[in-house]
Amino acid sequence: MIRLEKRPTPSRLWTAVTPVFAVLATMLVGGALFGFLGADPFEAIRTIFWDPLFHPQFAAYSRPQLLVKAGPLILIAIGLSIGFRAGIWNIGAEGQYIMGAVVGAAAGLALYPSDSVLVFPLMILAGALGGWAWAMIPAVLKTRFGTNEILVSLMLVYVAQTILASVSSGLLRNPEGMGFPGSRNFKQWDAAHNAEIIAGTGMHWGVAAALIAVIAAYVLMARHIQGFNIRLTGEAPRAARFAGVSPTRIVVLCLGISGALAGLAGLFEVTGPAGQITIDFNSNYGFTAIIVAFLGRLHPIGILLAGLLMALTYIGGELAQLMLGVPGASIQLFQGMLLFFLLATDVFTNYRVRIGAKGVA
Amino acid sequence: MDLSAINPILLVASIMVSATPILLAALGEMVVEKSGVLNLGVEGMMITGAVVGFVVAVASGLPVLGFVAGALAAAVLSLSFGVLTQYLLSNQVATGLGLTMVGLGLSALIGKPYEGVKAPTLPKLDLGPLSDLPVVGRMLFSHDVMVYLSLLLVVAVWAFLKFTRAGLILRAVGESHDSAHALGYKVVRVRMAAIFFGGACAGLGGAYLSLVRVPQWTEGLTAGAGWIALAIVVFASWRAGRVLVGAYLFGGITVLQLNLQAAGAQVPVALLSMSPYLITILVLVLISARGVHGAPASLGRSFHASH
Repeated sequence: MIRLEKRPTPSRLWTAVTPVFAVLATMLVGGALFGFLGADPFEAIRTIFWDPLFHPQFAAYSRPQLLVKAGPLILIAIGLSIGFRAGIWNIGAEGQYIMGAVVGAAAGLALYPSDSVLVFPLMILAGALGGWAWAMIPAVLKTRFGTNEILVSLMLVYVAQTILASVSSGLLRNPEGMGFPGSRNFKQWDAAHNAEIIAGTGMHWGVAAALIAVIAAYVLMARHIQGFNIRLTGEAPRAARFAGVSPTRIVVLCLGISGALAGLAGLFEVTGPAGQITIDFNSNYGFTAIIVAFLGRLHPIGILLAGLLMALTYIGGELAQLMLGVPGASIQLFQGMLLFFLLATDVFTNYRVRIGAKGVA
Repeated sequence: MDLSAINPILLVASIMVSATPILLAALGEMVVEKSGVLNLGVEGMMITGAVVGFVVAVASGLPVLGFVAGALAAAVLSLSFGVLTQYLLSNQVATGLGLTMVGLGLSALIGKPYEGVKAPTLPKLDLGPLSDLPVVGRMLFSHDVMVYLSLLLVVAVWAFLKFTRAGLILRAVGESHDSAHALGYKVVRVRMAAIFFGGACAGLGGAYLSLVRVPQWTEGLTAGAGWIALAIVVFASWRAGRVLVGAYLFGGITVLQLNLQAAGAQVPVALLSMSPYLITILVLVLISARGVHGAPASLGRSFHASH
């Protein structure tokens, strides 16, 4: 008989190994899925995981895309992971990401056509504030009334999407845009353009911010007392209260950090790769970042790697769509499967598998 | 604004239609949560039910077969959540989110060739003299069979939880899985059954969306209906009767804002379209501010028999 025995502490070896297993299992099942859809499984897997980096023809275009896509994912996932560690489930990062972009872009557009060097820093600040404020709604409702933050933050995604649709064809619409929806293009306005720091690498300010966030989160969680309080709240809420940790402060802190980072990601996206506020600039990074956070084991370094891997599946998915005619939605399924397999293999991290009869309890 | 453009008879009739999918999904989720499991994958199960129901109904020409297939598909999908959370003891919140993502991806994949296709829809039920009643007949007694089935299901779930032994066991498992285990009840098996039922209900609700409410297939068709079903369970404090009230209230708001938009109300369209979500938040706040939740005590906790 197979049974599970709880480990006193999670196994460090398995913590590191399970993401690799999950990726391999996803490749296997995903390959079978592609085979079922009429594509050669080996070619599909190679197109998704290998070609974006090493294809002689496409790699020159897709390699920079890796950083462009990984930047926002890592930035958002870092914020989410801090909350998840404390047992605070902000799953509305998509909304905070949209609001950060909208508020940041609005702050910038109010100053058009100034060419002051202060425009972009101001927009960054406004973007972070926008995301932060949007995340404060579930935070305040949770701390004041005990309202479930999962549902509130998620409902606010739909509200944010409505606001985005409204402003992109109303308040923030380009007055010189012939009446088409969408704001002014930030790529044509140097003072507000989130340009590449090193041309041709995809390294823009959002990627730099993501790297800083990784380091800051590492220091916070591993070295700072607030990081310890956050982890304590997640693992033993009662003990945390006895130790004098205020649950209210932790909720506000965690949701604030994740909202601000998601807002930043939105601003960098809209001023850089997306270029303008449009009704569908957002490409669901806020939801994919949840997978990134789990795949990276809620650890900053892990999230860095997971973000890169997830960006790879995005680009590879587009490539597979182009070259093999695989439907675009299959990549979403692929990413969902990855999370599933990761959660399934996680059992080995927290439990030992024993085979044989039960001993005396 | 021309309020007289809103026909009260049609309004009530369309509220019943728009409330039915969330009512079905919320009812299923309530049973799942009563057994102590928090399945956040309602949206994913619903949309899977929607697409499978649509495809089967188009292929067979039989909407009823579509409903059966939609319910089955979503229930089978929910078992993957069950295996992960009950046997592999994974985190229920994360697994539920994963289920939603898998469902959204899977449905977009399956539904791609069916965009723009028209599905056979459910015929209106002829209730004889009742349907012929002047006003009430068109309001209440000229719907399709699923509307009445969903109402029957409310009564059935209520009676099951309140009066049957199996319902008592299910509630015991949800309140204290350790005690239920000590009494010899199979906690994991009860929960798997509840998850399966919840999946089937969500699938039915989804199929209702794609076959009756909309009725066609577009990617992301459910547009948050599954999450609203989750909110309604909280709103209802885990009681079947109040789930009905919540679903109809929410259906009412959705239909009313559409009607107000059509009547040219002097309110920004954006504000009207976000109102269902804002009101859901408001209701959640009111419920939680009251302080009495009635949530099952073991909700969201993994059960492992070793301790």
